[in-house]
Amino acid sequence: MASLIEIRKSFLVSIWFMFLTFPIMVIRVNTVENVIQWRWNNMIAVGLGSFLLSFVWRYLIRRKEQGVQRQEESTGLRRSIFQRIGEDRRIFLPGLTVAAVAVVVFPFLVSMYQVNIMTTAFMYIMLGLGLNIVVGVAGLLDLGYVAFYAVGAYTYALLNYHFGLSFWICLPIGAGLGAVFGILLGFPVLRLRGDYLAIVTLGFGEIIRLVLENWNEFSFGPSGIANIPRPGLFGVAFSLEAHSRYIYFIVVILAIFTIFMVNRLQNSRIGRAWLALREDEIACQAMGVDKTRTKLTAFALGATWAGLAGVVFAAKTTFINPASFTLWESINILCIVVLGGMGSITGVVLGALVLVLLPEYLRAFAEYRILTFGVVLVLMMVFRPGGIVSNVRRTYQFEGPDSGDK
Amino acid sequence: MDLQYFAELFLGGLTRGSIYALIALGYTMVYGIIELINFAHGEIYMIGAFTGLIVATVLTFAGFPTLAVLVLASVAAVVYSSCYGYTMEKIAYKPLRGAPRLSALISAIGMSLFLQNYVLLAQTSDFLPFPSLVPDLPFWEPYAHIISSQEIVIISVTALVMILLNLLIKFTRMGKAMRATSQDREMAMLTGVDVNRVISLTFIIGSATAALGAVLIASHIGQINFYVGFIAGIKAFVAAVLGGIGSVPGAVVGALVLGWTESFFTGYISSDYEDVFAFIFLVVILIFKPSGILGRSETQKV
Amino acid sequence: MDFGGLRAVDRLDLEIHCGEIVALIGPNGAGKTTFFNCITGIYTPTAGDIRIHPPGRETKRINGLKPNRVTELGLARTFQNIRLFHQMTVLENVMIGRHCRLRSGIPGAVFRPPHTVKEERQAVMDSYRILEKIGLERFVNDLAKNLPYGAQRRLEIARALATEPFLLLLDEPAAGMNPHETHELDQLILRLRETENVSILLIEHDMKLVMSLSDRIYVMDYGRKIAEGTPRQIKNDPAVIKAYLGEEYVA
Repeated sequence: MASLIEIRKSFLVSIWFMFLTFPIMVIRVNTVENVIQWRWNNMIAVGLGSFLLSFVWRYLIRRKEQGVQRQEESTGLRRSIFQRIGEDRRIFLPGLTVAAVAVVVFPFLVSMYQVNIMTTAFMYIMLGLGLNIVVGVAGLLDLGYVAFYAVGAYTYALLNYHFGLSFWICLPIGAGLGAVFGILLGFPVLRLRGDYLAIVTLGFGEIIRLVLENWNEFSFGPSGIANIPRPGLFGVAFSLEAHSRYIYFIVVILAIFTIFMVNRLQNSRIGRAWLALREDEIACQAMGVDKTRTKLTAFALGATWAGLAGVVFAAKTTFINPASFTLWESINILCIVVLGGMGSITGVVLGALVLVLLPEYLRAFAEYRILTFGVVLVLMMVFRPGGIVSNVRRTYQFEGPDSGDK
Repeated sequence: MDLQYFAELFLGGLTRGSIYALIALGYTMVYGIIELINFAHGEIYMIGAFTGLIVATVLTFAGFPTLAVLVLASVAAVVYSSCYGYTMEKIAYKPLRGAPRLSALISAIGMSLFLQNYVLLAQTSDFLPFPSLVPDLPFWEPYAHIISSQEIVIISVTALVMILLNLLIKFTRMGKAMRATSQDREMAMLTGVDVNRVISLTFIIGSATAALGAVLIASHIGQINFYVGFIAGIKAFVAAVLGGIGSVPGAVVGALVLGWTESFFTGYISSDYEDVFAFIFLVVILIFKPSGILGRSETQKV
Repeated sequence: MDFGGLRAVDRLDLEIHCGEIVALIGPNGAGKTTFFNCITGIYTPTAGDIRIHPPGRETKRINGLKPNRVTELGLARTFQNIRLFHQMTVLENVMIGRHCRLRSGIPGAVFRPPHTVKEERQAVMDSYRILEKIGLERFVNDLAKNLPYGAQRRLEIARALATEPFLLLLDEPAAGMNPHETHELDQLILRLRETENVSILLIEHDMKLVMSLSDRIYVMDYGRKIAEGTPRQIKNDPAVIKAYLGEEYVA
């Protein structure tokens, strides 16, 4: 049971929070009608809540500190439960089959709204994996990733508007242009380290958005581009519902493609170079890794997936405007990468699913959604900074003098 | 050349720069001491504005004279912002002192979201009118069209804060402790500096200056809303980085440069692309001087 | 090599012949690591020439080349403060060394054609062989940061060796090692010279190691060469003794 000291500590904490939140939670000012509302029940709620929560908090912090000690004594990378599942053929294959069946059957069982949500989730998988290359593997903090997303979307919208190019043709073009912009962003930031890199990439993201907003002749400004055609299938006419299912399957395939490609890229000579770049730029260059090339490749290959997703976004929502490509989008995607576990593909996939689906299914809390999201971010970072799938990487294992397998 | 127009733009830029400086100080000081981009700093600014508004309204209701309201509301804003800054550090940043930098950044983002919506839910999403607390000084009337007395107050307060801060950092023991902690935290601990206290104090000072800026600028603009912190925050952050993040004089220089370039750009060229220009300017400066105008270019010892 | 008004390295004429072990010694701050940094491309020398003549190829002036290019040409180095890739395994660290000798790029990574698969497999094998030569094979799957200090220093050498250099530059490889580890290092370097066809330039403060290993020694102080010769010559050189005032070498 809690000792007297603990109770006293929590009591002081609750007094502190009651004081702290007094103006904002208790007093509500209405300058129009010249009325002041005093909400004392809020203060009581804050007092009680903080009193109880402070016990929980202290307990969790204590546990975290003990956990840290244990981790410092382990030698190898911990094998997460996911890795172990992945390697145990008996669980992995049937599990994968079940998941595959679920994915295929899903759109026929639920409403169109739900299908759209899942489509969005899969799109965020693509975005998350792309940013993962830049931030998670190569260690380049990019806060302007949404710019490439916008490039993809506007590529399709504008090429379609001016030249009537179809969705399918624009897919690779969007991805390619994304890569080009990735290199364009990469060049000026080659010499920047850490947080300066972050702010410049943030600036780039904002510049792209602001240019799209203001250069009306080119991008139609804040009113955006409407009536973007959905992807067709040899001219077959689709109902709205069928369209949403069609797009769902397209996105699922693209997401699987992305997972496959990113996996291959990360487990290769380039992937190793990115990891070394993240660890120590100077040492990696001294070991013969071309720093410039590696950085630019990271930016370009990371941006490709955003460009790809952008084209799909334009086709899915049929209307785009600069307001969809704000700094918060970049931050959202960054959260997916960090919460999921930087560098880990499984983690990012899970992170994307959680970050998109959870708020939807918690719509009951409508008003408190973003508030809860903020709290979750803080709590996750404090108690599990490595993310959901933390600190795990399929390293090159050496099994014996005769096998040379990864 | 229209000298009066130029003077207006110059002084306008100076005012802008002063506000950015007051907020940028918080960013740069926190970064200097724990290498964290405190994303939630803009929200501290916003909370300062709201607290000021609430206290001012209550006091005005109760019949206090305007000057007293101004002083008390400012004090309340400063006190409360500092407390929020202090608490925020203890909850969201202190546990992450050893964690990878990106984790602390995400935590800061979470805090920012939380505080924004906390104020939104507890108060309102509307724009609340903010009373003009700074009186128009009668003797300044003849020059009011070039620069209003409010702007004079803003500039003078900022200058005063800078001087005081400089004195604090250069000549007091605490200032020395702060400088030591920002250069090498472990070593500072080993020489007996109470690092936790120093960090808390840094947050408090940064929040206090932001709150001061908040009250002043809210009086000047006339309205506030739960989202103002985000916008002001980004600009101030750009200013801090421009001047070299981690450097206190750098924050001021960066803020002034940003304020002037924005003012002259919108005055002489166009106002549409104002924000774009700020960012482009930042990118260009960082390309040529990757650590900012006054930043210490840390050449790594190989 | 000038840094603004400070001349860190002033006229250091140094030659290394094929198969030699040459030591560069001098008091702290003499400019030895700066010299290394000039050679390996981290700094661009403000004056002077650095020329390499790899066996079987023509002479090349390498001033101002980027560090990774210098490494490709056959110069590899270790660092005074260990700069390993801590979150990567020992094997992966050495595999990074192989990076510039491998060819596969993006298409190779994505399509995994047979020659890429073979190349990657070979890279793993080669890296393991190098670890065996250095004596670190039992750590192969451990994270670099978990290795004992002496092993970390040797891992740096292994990593440098993986780049197939003809000249190995070792910056204080024995720093922080106990006498037993230093002796092992001594044996290792000699072994490398025999088996790997590599010349070695090392910066060291451990005089016992220097005297036992080196064919020739250069001595620096305040950025200048103050002596050059065999270990015996250096031991008795008055300028050297003066520079090391207070340090006595006991045979």
